[in-house]
Amino acid sequence: MNTVTLGKALNMGLRKAMEDDPKVLLMGEDIGKLGGVFRITDGLQKDFGEDRVIDTPLAESGILGTAVGLAMRGFRPVVEIQFDGFVYPAYDQIVCQVAKLHARSRGRLPMSIVIRIPFGGGIGAVEHHSESPEAYFAHTAGLKVVACSNPVDAYWMIQQAIAHPDPIVFFEPKRRYWEKAELDPDATPEPLFASRLVREGSQVTVLAYGPMVKTALQAASAAEEEGISVEVLDLRTVSPLDMGPVLDSVRRTGRCVVVHEAPSNLGLGAELSARITEACFYDLEAPVLRVGGYDTPYPPSKLEEDYLPDLDRVLEAVDRSLAF
Amino acid sequence: MGGRRAEETTLSEVSELAEQEFEANPFGPHHDPVGSDPIKGAEQNPTDQPELVQLLTPEGERVEHPDYAIDLSAEELQALYRDLALVRRIDVEATALQRQGELGIWASLLGQEAAQIGAGRALQPDDMAFPTYREHGVAWCRGIDPMSIIGLFRGVDSGAWDPIETKFNLYTIVIGAQTLHAVGYAMGMQRDGGQGACLAFFGDGATSQGDVNEAFIFAAVFDAPVVFFCQNNQYAISEPIEKQTRIPLYRRASGFGFPGIRVDGNDVLAVLAVTRRAMEAARSGQGPTLIEAYTYRMGAHTTSDDPSRYRLASEMEAWKLKDPNERLKAYLVRSGQADAAFFEAIEAESDELAARIRKATVEMPDPEPASMFDNTYAEITPELAEQRDTFLAYQAGFSDEASHA
Ligand SMILES: Cc1ncc(C[n+]2csc(CCOP(=O)(O)OP(=O)(O)O)c2C)c(N)n1
Ligand SMILES: [Mg+2]
Repeated sequence: MNTVTLGKALNMGLRKAMEDDPKVLLMGEDIGKLGGVFRITDGLQKDFGEDRVIDTPLAESGILGTAVGLAMRGFRPVVEIQFDGFVYPAYDQIVCQVAKLHARSRGRLPMSIVIRIPFGGGIGAVEHHSESPEAYFAHTAGLKVVACSNPVDAYWMIQQAIAHPDPIVFFEPKRRYWEKAELDPDATPEPLFASRLVREGSQVTVLAYGPMVKTALQAASAAEEEGISVEVLDLRTVSPLDMGPVLDSVRRTGRCVVVHEAPSNLGLGAELSARITEACFYDLEAPVLRVGGYDTPYPPSKLEEDYLPDLDRVLEAVDRSLAF
Repeated sequence: MGGRRAEETTLSEVSELAEQEFEANPFGPHHDPVGSDPIKGAEQNPTDQPELVQLLTPEGERVEHPDYAIDLSAEELQALYRDLALVRRIDVEATALQRQGELGIWASLLGQEAAQIGAGRALQPDDMAFPTYREHGVAWCRGIDPMSIIGLFRGVDSGAWDPIETKFNLYTIVIGAQTLHAVGYAMGMQRDGGQGACLAFFGDGATSQGDVNEAFIFAAVFDAPVVFFCQNNQYAISEPIEKQTRIPLYRRASGFGFPGIRVDGNDVLAVLAVTRRAMEAARSGQGPTLIEAYTYRMGAHTTSDDPSRYRLASEMEAWKLKDPNERLKAYLVRSGQADAAFFEAIEAESDELAARIRKATVEMPDPEPASMFDNTYAEITPELAEQRDTFLAYQAGFSDEASHA
């Protein structure tokens, strides 16, 4: 057992995946000597060499396009996109090629690619460094999308994603890179595409993933002080959704609030709301409520606290749900 | 690299080979280089041209170049020095403000002053500049208040200047995107009788982006009045130039069909002369030029970066000897075109500017929270207006609570 940050856990997970499978290789901007701008790949080039930890030219479309070729050749490229807002030059390759080649080739072309993206705000950054683009990818058939929220999951999920045969967009909550937890590398991990109950409660279910899990847990603690019992689920997988635990919970509480940093409009909350409504309409005491970013461009950092869902906004939604 | 290549050629061997091949036949057998009066010193005559245009040696000695004469009065030289000194001071002050928590981040121009002032002072009123996020020196030449730039890095807005009025586009952080905007704007100038040309800034790393290569193609095909100004500061964050190219960057231009030229980016006179010539060619219908300003990023990539992880201090020491500001200063002193009183006056002006920036930064108000809804659209949608009203009501709830407390 040792205490590690989320960033370090990812680093350890990547290392383990590279040790386990010589076909795993890392690609990205500044991931070699620098170890990535968040140091997630720190020390890996030194230990695995420049053939397996590749500092690429500054071209995201190039990175993803060549990852496709490497995957066809049987490699397992793990690609780092430096920040959420810089994935778009690669969007065409991801959506038109990575997502579709398995289907187009009738399964003959393996597309075992992991696209790591540090996402979300809260770090006081300039434009394009704080976005939450998960819905674009979740909307694309052929891609799987997951988001880790804590160091233990980060360690296991990155390894499971790399070993998985399908392409996975792997979202990392960048503002939580420095959060710490105890990690037992000998433990048995939970499956990758499974949601998890992280706090039991009886009155309202709050669904979150990535950076918002911590916010949801804080809101639940604050609610408890006011005598309100909130249950929190960490979705972990965004596409496919693992609806089993979600529906179990909502059937018990009858109320649900979905929280994410991405704008509410056509975000994951919309899909969850639809599925919950379809599956357990008669168990609901209130409509599913959403707390998300506003439908504006991500604002300058001085305003990000106003833009991002926080404890107060989650509690306000919990209150509204209870008052319904 | 595990011996996969047919031969183990070193980087310098590769570029030497490329150069030989290139010089034998720079444009291929059937290519007629663009423009009837091509830019002198550019790719058309690669064999008899020095690789790097220089008018001022690192020691501050004035040298002549066969194609790039420049004749500036003492006042003009002094004005250039003033620009160099003041933009460096803005940079130093902003870096300090970031360290003290007043700015979120700062992208330093340290070492690139001559490249930016030389290019910026080549601009005429009708020209349009398209910066990256580091062109504080060009902004200065365009008359942008340094506080507008500092506001961006403080996180109060995304650039407070009017890009149309100032003819200086907003900063673009997505690498390379602005080069296409510059070409499009230039195509507009071509079609509406505009008199100016565009100057598109980007870095060495940016040359790898598809957008930049597409910009080259569009500019060449449409003979657009645009000059591509690449500051090769040797690094894209941690990645040295070798990670982006196997040939000198200016030579890329020939493959796209327009001239490319490398200039000593730490020599403000050479940059000014070369950029003036290229802009004039663009304005007079001769199409694009690629200028590679060969320089060095003397600071970190940004205040978030730690260059000691990827480069040696000795490299920095070597470049310090080529410092752009010291070079012009040495020339001014050596040629008797500026005296001690001049430099003291600049020093005093720098101090004043720094003090003004510091005060204005610390006093800069935070934006109104609801302003984030403004300008999302030219015509706000009813649903966004409703969202804004809900937001305002929610915020008001907090101030009510506070006033009852
Ligand atoms: C599309 C995109 N990808 C990645 C980044 C992150 N990033 C910011 S600056 C930079 C390096 C740019 O290097 P260069 O073009 O040489 O310009 P310099 O910073 O040296 O002035 C990178 C990779 C970005 N801003 N945009
Ligand atoms: Mg650079």
